[in-house]
Amino acid sequence: MRLQQTPAPPPEGRPLLEVRDLRVSFFTPAGEVRAVRGITYQVDYGEVVGIVGESGSGKSVEAYAIMGLLQPPGRVVGGAVTFEGEDVLAFSPRALTTFRGGRAAMIFQNPMTSLNPVYSVGEQLMEALRAHQKAASRREAAQRAAGMLERVGIHNPERRMRQYPHELSGGMRQRVMIAMGLICHPKLLIADEPTTALDVTIQAQILELMKDLQRQTGMGILFITHNLGVVAELCHKVCVMYAGKLVEQGAVDDIFYRPGHPYTEGLLRSMPRLDDQERRRLIPIQGTPVDLLDPPAGCPFAPRCPHAMEVCLGRMPPYVELGPGHRSACWLRVREGLSTSPAGGEEASHG
Amino acid sequence: MAREILKRIGTAALTVFAVATLTFFLTRAVPGNPFLSEKNPPQAVLDALNEKYGLDQPLYVQYVKYLGNLLRGDLGVSVKLQKDYPVARIIGEMFPVSAAIGFFALLWAVLLGVPLGCLAAYRRGRGTDSALQVVCTLGVSLPSFVVASLLLFAFCGGIAGWKLFPTLFQAGDWRSYVLPCFSLGFYPMCYIARQSRASMLDALGQDYIKTARAKGLRTGRILFKHALRNALLPVLTYLGPQVAFTLCGGFVVETVFTIPGLGRYFVQSISSRDYPVILGTTLFLASFLVGMNLLVDLLYQAVDPRIRLGREAA
Repeated sequence: MRLQQTPAPPPEGRPLLEVRDLRVSFFTPAGEVRAVRGITYQVDYGEVVGIVGESGSGKSVEAYAIMGLLQPPGRVVGGAVTFEGEDVLAFSPRALTTFRGGRAAMIFQNPMTSLNPVYSVGEQLMEALRAHQKAASRREAAQRAAGMLERVGIHNPERRMRQYPHELSGGMRQRVMIAMGLICHPKLLIADEPTTALDVTIQAQILELMKDLQRQTGMGILFITHNLGVVAELCHKVCVMYAGKLVEQGAVDDIFYRPGHPYTEGLLRSMPRLDDQERRRLIPIQGTPVDLLDPPAGCPFAPRCPHAMEVCLGRMPPYVELGPGHRSACWLRVREGLSTSPAGGEEASHG
Repeated sequence: MAREILKRIGTAALTVFAVATLTFFLTRAVPGNPFLSEKNPPQAVLDALNEKYGLDQPLYVQYVKYLGNLLRGDLGVSVKLQKDYPVARIIGEMFPVSAAIGFFALLWAVLLGVPLGCLAAYRRGRGTDSALQVVCTLGVSLPSFVVASLLLFAFCGGIAGWKLFPTLFQAGDWRSYVLPCFSLGFYPMCYIARQSRASMLDALGQDYIKTARAKGLRTGRILFKHALRNALLPVLTYLGPQVAFTLCGGFVVETVFTIPGLGRYFVQSISSRDYPVILGTTLFLASFLVGMNLLVDLLYQAVDPRIRLGREAA
């Protein structure tokens, strides 16, 4: 690896990305599906934040909203997204095109279908650059593209650039996608399950690559996944999402060693571990996620929660601060918090 | 690649041969005779005519002779419509008339149909889309004789005495071409618009469009660079044979506008049992069709790098 870039020093006091009470709904013939129901978190400069949740929890939708990629019938219905102090949701379509791919890039789940089959790899890479740096000549763009391919671990980039996506393997294509995302040096990379569609060995390579690139460039990454193992590998901070809400967030160690929400505990128990000496059985979470067409008034996890109490079904719990930067929305913690720690933490009433 | 093309040409020749054989026997299986009319000529005259054109010989002898002539490029002479006039020359004179009208008809059909389809797909579910859908559904449902007759009625003196275009076709006068080109191209235009709308919708839903948007490309580039090229294949598939059919002339449009084109002549030749003309025009259309299909296969490769001739043939 050449090009050892020093990360830009983070400007004081301002997060790279701030999402506040974001709400997204899909207006379907059957009614309003509340996919994201008020989530709040932030990504600092150079920080890797994981968003974990099962299918349908709203994690991808939330990322699309940040990038302004939502398509009808999906729409942001509330909240704010602030990127380096600018209100992303207020961007004009023109401003959005400079934001997307320029300052924030996104890579997707399925590298097999995410590249256009009828254009060469080089063409698609160069196009990403020239969309943002109009002055770049074709030759410059080609050089930058080749350099970028080399950086994501693709050998013989000149030859690869002339090839078409179908001539490349899945892992190779995801590398191309990453190169395409990073070619304009974005400050934030949103990765929407970038390894899900790949073989396990390739997954590990891609994760390693993203880790390296993150260290070299100092960009922030928002990593969306349903795989807790991936989170442990890569992230500094984790947000656990369930039924359109963040039920818990905290540093990666907090989430893994001191989970503060029964859903997080359930996720951890249902994950296979290599270091497990006792050969415990995996315990699945019973039941199915709630219907977001008609979300319950209380905690969305309550119907599946082994510790559910009456209050859980009736009212959404407030966040309880469990430690620095570690908070969870669970009535159990509220009870404990109220009895054991008077400095229980800010109560942001949601829902 | 060159080998593949040669192989395709071989298959094409076989197809044309099959068409020749089928047409030959089918036309003979139909009752009637070129020389019969309301007033039947005396048997002696009929015998003489049959002998002159070799129709008195056994069918298989006629067939072998016909194929032999065909191999030398001789399509024979007309036995009825333009007596003793070579079929090849008939085609040579009439095809350009039909082709000129067909060319402009398809030209406007493509130049308008594809963008309208894209527009409808881009604005799906909204007013523009619905309006276009209505027009295009009308266009593919209305028989061409209705469209042609209505136009003729409206613009050639029928309504309010407007006589914007001549009623009788005059080769070389551009005003004679306007209405035929419009009516001949209307159906393909609507069909192409529907087809491109459908395939554009499909393309716009693909992941690579999401990627293109995430890269920060403008809408125009996403539509016309990333989506359209992927959406072109079904349109090409339709256009290939359609070019052959349209350039060979539409019977209805040529009849309504009294155009001395190949399409009208073809149908006339069938009703008058002019065997050599039927065979000649059919073979001409068949070869044209087969050629267009081959061309479309080659164009596929230019549009989509995943398609390579020979892979599916192997």
